[in-house]
Amino acid sequence: MEAITVTKTKTKSKPKKQKKDYIIMDKNTKAIVFGYQQRAIQRMLDFDYICRRETPSVTIIVNPTRDGMHKCFWGTKEILIPMVRTIKEATKKHPEADFMVNFASFRSAYPTSKEALESKTIRSVAIIAEGVPERRTKELIKIAKENNKWIIGPATVGGIAAGGFRIGNTAGMLDNIVASKLHRAGSVAYVSKSGGLSNELNNIIARNTDGVYEGVAIGGDRYPGSTFIDHILRYEENPDIKMMVLLGEVGGIDEYEVVEAMKKGKIKKPVVAWCIGTCSKVFPAEVQFGHAGARAGAERETADAKNKALKDAGAFVPTSFDDFDEQIKKAYTKLVKSGKHKPIPEVEPPTIPLDYAVALKQGVIRRPANFIATISDDRGEELRYCGVKISKIFEEKWGLGGVIGLLWFKKKLPPWAREFLERVVLLTADHGPAVSGAHNSIVAARAGKDLISSLVSGLLTIGPRFGGAVQGSADHFTKYLYAGEEPSFMVKDMKGKNVNIQGIGHRIKSVTNPDVRVIIMVDFAKKNFPVTETLDYALEVEKLTTSKRNNLILNVDGCIGVLSCDMLRGIGYSREQVREFVDLGILNAMFVLGRSIGFMGHIMDQKRLKSRLYRHPWDDIQYMMPDEPEEIK
Amino acid sequence: MAQRGIREYNGKQMLAKYWTEYFGKAFSYPGKVVLVDPKTKIEDLPKKHKWLKEEKLVVKPDQLFGKRGKHGLIKANATFDEAKKWIKERLNKETKVGKVTDKLTHFIIEPYIPHKGEFYVAIKSNRDGDTIYFSNHGGVDIESVWNTVAEILIPVEEDIKKINIESKLPKDTPKDKKKIFADFIKGLFIFYRELGYAYLEINPFVVTGKNIVPLDLVARIDDTAHFECWTKWGDLPFPAPFGRKLSKEEKYIKTMDEKSGASLKLTILNPKGRVWTMVAGGGGSVIYTDTIVDLGYRDELANYGEYSGNPTTDLTYEYAKTILDLMTREKDPKGRPKFLLVGGGIANFTDVAKTFTGITMALRDYKKKLKDTNVKIYVRRGGPNYQEGLRIMKELGKEIGIPIDVYGPETHMTRIVNMALEGKN
Repeated sequence: MEAITVTKTKTKSKPKKQKKDYIIMDKNTKAIVFGYQQRAIQRMLDFDYICRRETPSVTIIVNPTRDGMHKCFWGTKEILIPMVRTIKEATKKHPEADFMVNFASFRSAYPTSKEALESKTIRSVAIIAEGVPERRTKELIKIAKENNKWIIGPATVGGIAAGGFRIGNTAGMLDNIVASKLHRAGSVAYVSKSGGLSNELNNIIARNTDGVYEGVAIGGDRYPGSTFIDHILRYEENPDIKMMVLLGEVGGIDEYEVVEAMKKGKIKKPVVAWCIGTCSKVFPAEVQFGHAGARAGAERETADAKNKALKDAGAFVPTSFDDFDEQIKKAYTKLVKSGKHKPIPEVEPPTIPLDYAVALKQGVIRRPANFIATISDDRGEELRYCGVKISKIFEEKWGLGGVIGLLWFKKKLPPWAREFLERVVLLTADHGPAVSGAHNSIVAARAGKDLISSLVSGLLTIGPRFGGAVQGSADHFTKYLYAGEEPSFMVKDMKGKNVNIQGIGHRIKSVTNPDVRVIIMVDFAKKNFPVTETLDYALEVEKLTTSKRNNLILNVDGCIGVLSCDMLRGIGYSREQVREFVDLGILNAMFVLGRSIGFMGHIMDQKRLKSRLYRHPWDDIQYMMPDEPEEIK
Repeated sequence: MAQRGIREYNGKQMLAKYWTEYFGKAFSYPGKVVLVDPKTKIEDLPKKHKWLKEEKLVVKPDQLFGKRGKHGLIKANATFDEAKKWIKERLNKETKVGKVTDKLTHFIIEPYIPHKGEFYVAIKSNRDGDTIYFSNHGGVDIESVWNTVAEILIPVEEDIKKINIESKLPKDTPKDKKKIFADFIKGLFIFYRELGYAYLEINPFVVTGKNIVPLDLVARIDDTAHFECWTKWGDLPFPAPFGRKLSKEEKYIKTMDEKSGASLKLTILNPKGRVWTMVAGGGGSVIYTDTIVDLGYRDELANYGEYSGNPTTDLTYEYAKTILDLMTREKDPKGRPKFLLVGGGIANFTDVAKTFTGITMALRDYKKKLKDTNVKIYVRRGGPNYQEGLRIMKELGKEIGIPIDVYGPETHMTRIVNMALEGKN
């Protein structure tokens, strides 16, 4: 990557030519782009490249919210264009940039254009924004006039100097630019009100002459910064331009300035002209066309009147737009026949590297993706979970359980499974402030940490000893059950390995004082689950363990663990698949999901209470420090 | 986004609201003005505006059209009850004004002011600044006495306070009124500038004692100035011009247009016309319509419309369906074919294939009706992905068995108009 540095690039070999007054943009034009319009900037550079410009036309970008460097393509290479926050910095760094392409919004188009026009180095400003107040544009016109400067716009796509310089997005895609021969200068210059039609003008001119030399769309506002006559006179002066095309429209009287100039003999080159909007006469009440300026107030402002005046003044004027191409051809052929002009030869443009996105769309390239996602898609009109539109989820009340089903299992779950999942969340939501996770969350919250840090601090305690019994019980029970071992073997084997069976045992509850949560869940499963093999197995194990000690019951964690495995079996997973889920930690996921609710509750509770920093009391710590460390020799 | 007319009521209300700010206290405008719309309970108005029952009144419609006197639409020197009766007789009634017919829905009520002299003042925006027009002979016939009008151009950004307006008033201005008028003009000019006006005409205004009262006011505001002037404008409505009644379909398209970022326009000119257009782009749509008219088919032209700004497939589908529905409702009585021109220039960045997908969906839906009404379809378009777009159209023609002639940028933009209507190639 190479940075386009600030050094003044006075070319060594060629002496710098003084720019002619009638040229506002050409292959030497250096521009400042106001507004971080990355696509437009790239389009300008791509155009430069196919015109075989030596250096990029964009020298610096003004972006009020960020400075630094902007990376973009110059052909196949990547280059950096500096980006500054103010026009002042830009003009100071690049005094050779005499053109500003202003992408500022309608709100800031006025102050930014004013600053540019009042600067010493910027000579022309193209204002792209639509909706600049007329009074503000008038003020800009006055400043431009006083400082002998140019405005193109507002409300325009801009303009193009074929083979030299493109204002922003003018002339569309590169293939269209090449099709319209814009990569080299022809001999016909046009000025149009409409920017939208400039592509068509480029096309018509390319097909009927040796091509466009320059084209400007002055914009649809009532008071364009520069008018038809400004450009027509400029074109008249430029010896490289052999004929001119004008595309006006209904409304306003600016076209008459060209008529007057033609009548006075100020314009000697052929002019082909047409004003659009001849249909306005068939509209009963006033129909507003797109442009702010397009309203025929008086007869003089109609397209018919203007077309007649232009024709009377000696312009080539067709009888309808349908003959516009023929008139252009006629004028051009006459010019060539008279010997005044020798057609400019065509030039082969360099191959333009295809943009990845474009090529992909056209289906000419492919690339393996780095990522695969199979559970959701946010790109369409509506968010979808596993193919189901979010609106449908609400309409049909799929609930939290339904959504978990879609995102975790990619299944539309039956009602019993949805309800089970929701019950798990409700059951595991909290277990008081004393458990280690909640305690950690509380301590972190009281230390002034934010909600997420405090929550994570609590979640990090979940594992083999805290909360992990859900996961552990699923693991233990399915291991023996799926291996075809008897419950008695499991109890014996675990004892032999000196491992406690996860999910068995309670501090307070016992056979005589059962845990009501377990009873509810077991009842629910018995009534609704199609499969309860793991539960049945665990209850057999419980019989054995409680015979040894009264409180070695299946606890709530164990119950959730085994039932989750049964649920998975019930919704169609094989035993192997259930093990896969267990191994990837799905049971922990359930506990984390539920318990986060409680942790966050405790965190918010502490914050609202404005609890101070927690410090463990000394008297609760047995200090047993030795007088000296053991010395290692 | 352009200059748009505002109601006389809103113009006068703004004047009254900001009077002291712009005109000081040397003379005043009482600002007695009330607007009646179909929701107004006229009976309740005098509670808030006591003068309605204390003074004689003038009533007229306030719907952006002029020459109300000539159309018998001014009721002067009326009591409140007479005014009320006059309004109720006209409210929501179809009324013909000039060549257009529409419902009267808004009326302005003001005190009736017996007066002697009528004066004229107007300010109009132009490229170099704003021009003030002033005459001591205001009234409906101002155009016939235009030689009495003084024109004063105030260049862009010029401070009017530094200009000697008194010396520029017409020679026949009464000496004792010169200062009042100069001050009034200066105040009015600053008001006009700071509130984003583009056109303001008060014809006439009268002077009674220490009051200056505008009797008739016409104004246009540059709505793009909203972000600079909204605090002063308040909730300023821009009513649709009188006579622009929208059909059901036009309303539907208008709602879609307002709801989306894209632009969708439809005006039905002649539902029995045989030539229908569905054209992309504002400029392009005007050119196609122009060409139909210029080739002599104005009586056959059915609609004007455009879609642009990269509309979604759904929007284009709805838009196309609306047009297809309209054009296939009945056969041409003489059995001649109908034409659908799916036109457009070369798009800058709109994906042609994408927008054409919406149109083809609609064409498929209307396959039978299109055949029944003998519709011939012509397509011309260029721009990103146009080759694919044109291919889709060609395929569709074969699929539904309706002739679709398809062209790209190699064919002149409007040639399909000629091909369809004149059979030229």
